[in-house]
Amino acid sequence: MISGMAWVFGDHISSDAIIPARFLHQRDSRSWAKVVLADLRPEFASQVGFGDFIVAGRNFGCGSSREQAPLAIKTAGVAAVIAHSFSRMFYRNAFNMGLAVFTCPEAAVRVHDGDRLRLDPYSGLIEDVEQQISFQAQPVDPYLTDLVSQGGLLKKIRKQITGHG
Amino acid sequence: MNQPQTMSQKILASRAGLPYVEPGAIVEAGLDMVLANDVSTPMAIRGFKDIGGEHVFDSSRVVLVADHFTPNKDVASALISKEMVEFASAMRLEHRFEGGSSGVSHVLLAEQGLILPGELVVGADSRTVTHGALGAFATGVGASDLAAALVTGRGWFQAPASIRVELGGELGPWIGGMDIALALLRLLGPEGAHYQSLEFFGPLLPRLSMEARMSISNLMVESGAKAALFPVDQVTTDYLRDKAKRSWRSVAPDPEAPYAKTIKLDVTGLESLAARPHRPHDVATARRAGYEPVNQVFIGSCAAARLEDLRVAAQVLAGRQVHPRVRLLVLPPTPRIMLQAVREGLVETFLAAGGVMGPPSCGPCMGGHLGVLAAGEVAVATANRNYRGRMGHPSSRIYLAGPAVAAASAILGRVADPAEVLS
Ligand code: SF4
Repeated sequence: MISGMAWVFGDHISSDAIIPARFLHQRDSRSWAKVVLADLRPEFASQVGFGDFIVAGRNFGCGSSREQAPLAIKTAGVAAVIAHSFSRMFYRNAFNMGLAVFTCPEAAVRVHDGDRLRLDPYSGLIEDVEQQISFQAQPVDPYLTDLVSQGGLLKKIRKQITGHG
Repeated sequence: MNQPQTMSQKILASRAGLPYVEPGAIVEAGLDMVLANDVSTPMAIRGFKDIGGEHVFDSSRVVLVADHFTPNKDVASALISKEMVEFASAMRLEHRFEGGSSGVSHVLLAEQGLILPGELVVGADSRTVTHGALGAFATGVGASDLAAALVTGRGWFQAPASIRVELGGELGPWIGGMDIALALLRLLGPEGAHYQSLEFFGPLLPRLSMEARMSISNLMVESGAKAALFPVDQVTTDYLRDKAKRSWRSVAPDPEAPYAKTIKLDVTGLESLAARPHRPHDVATARRAGYEPVNQVFIGSCAAARLEDLRVAAQVLAGRQVHPRVRLLVLPPTPRIMLQAVREGLVETFLAAGGVMGPPSCGPCMGGHLGVLAAGEVAVATANRNYRGRMGHPSSRIYLAGPAVAAASAILGRVADPAEVLS
């Protein structure tokens, strides 16, 4: 069970909004985490707590396929992104980076900003503690859950090659 | 007896060593070709080194192409090109495209016969889907996927559900692949094929050239499609006859294959189209797309500037002059196309009309290099994205269209239908 606060965002949040191109020349994911989503909610990066959630609308992560976007979110301490839907490349990159993402249109509509959520990452059950309602996210393939628990694609391959992470 | 499968399912299943794969299921599968460019390679090389990679899985199946900023536009891009050349040498990559042999990767690899029907291909570039025109399952991935693929020659894929696209009718004069692609984007919208693959069918296909198919597959990314596959037919085999660098085996969908839905497009009566700023799906007829003064026309990119497209543009421009306000930039996407355009006199036509020729490069397509737009400028491009700021200043505006409309627009100085010039 993961427990944290919901930060609610709208539809079509692009990877450009998640990590603006002007920061891409920096090479350290911690510097991206400091500015993640800054153009939409300047307070997010400094106030987001370890284990908090991003709850968003349709097509989260659309636009450029930059991997810095899920990496910045993960480095900022976000436990999972819950959205109505994800862009294909963001969805893929998120698992490769070891960031858990859940598709749940109902939660996207009903969760309020600041609500406390509890998430069971294995079953995809999301509970809104404030409103006392729960939602079932679409099932995630065990292959992808495993990818996240191994820390992402490259850590997994590294383990396969070298026998250790 | 296996359940019937779409072309996408069959390619993924066969490369995963399975008889059947269910849409939605995740499989690990062997890759036939891995592609990266000058934007994605540096991050992929870093990942490759991070995981302790020493060799690429197969030196004949990895291709790195510097195309976005080539010829190097500044020191930073020169360093990237250098890193790519050094990596290619260290890994003894068999197929090298550098200097005078480089071009826009998605045009180049097909032309070189390096991607073939039935193959599974990943590229760290969203336009990798272009190769669906050849009957390959080709899709864009991120830099981590690429790093992993370089080492293992494998990738993970969620088998997509497929949409059946039926193309029928008769093509009118000047109507080509870009017009069909834009008509389809208008039908599908930005999420119409989300996570899905498109598979093409219908009586129009025998009359649809490989160039037109490539334009169509190329643009389908804007509908969210993961892949966009044409069946392997006479057009495919004719195209590959003296190009294919490996033997290949075509894969056809099963007769009863399950499609999530069917969309139909009858091209009879279709007029020349253009996508208006700032969305590729906001499509209107070229006659009515917009009347604002155009400053630049770009004929190039991996969408629609292959030899056939250049011939069409030259036909419209022959004996005419580009509007005095317009900069016409023509960048043949590969050296071979450039050479053939010289031999056929197309280059002379473009220059005589007042155009400028540029090197094989992505160039203005993503506003990084050559032909960048100033504030408020308007462009018509045979390209695939017209989002705000794509070609330069955020207040510039881009129309997307096929080569006939681009050429006509260059002459009239506004978005125009070729018939307006030729009548
Ligand atoms: S021509 Fe444009 S779309 Fe094609 S690879 Fe280059 S930048 Fe991307």
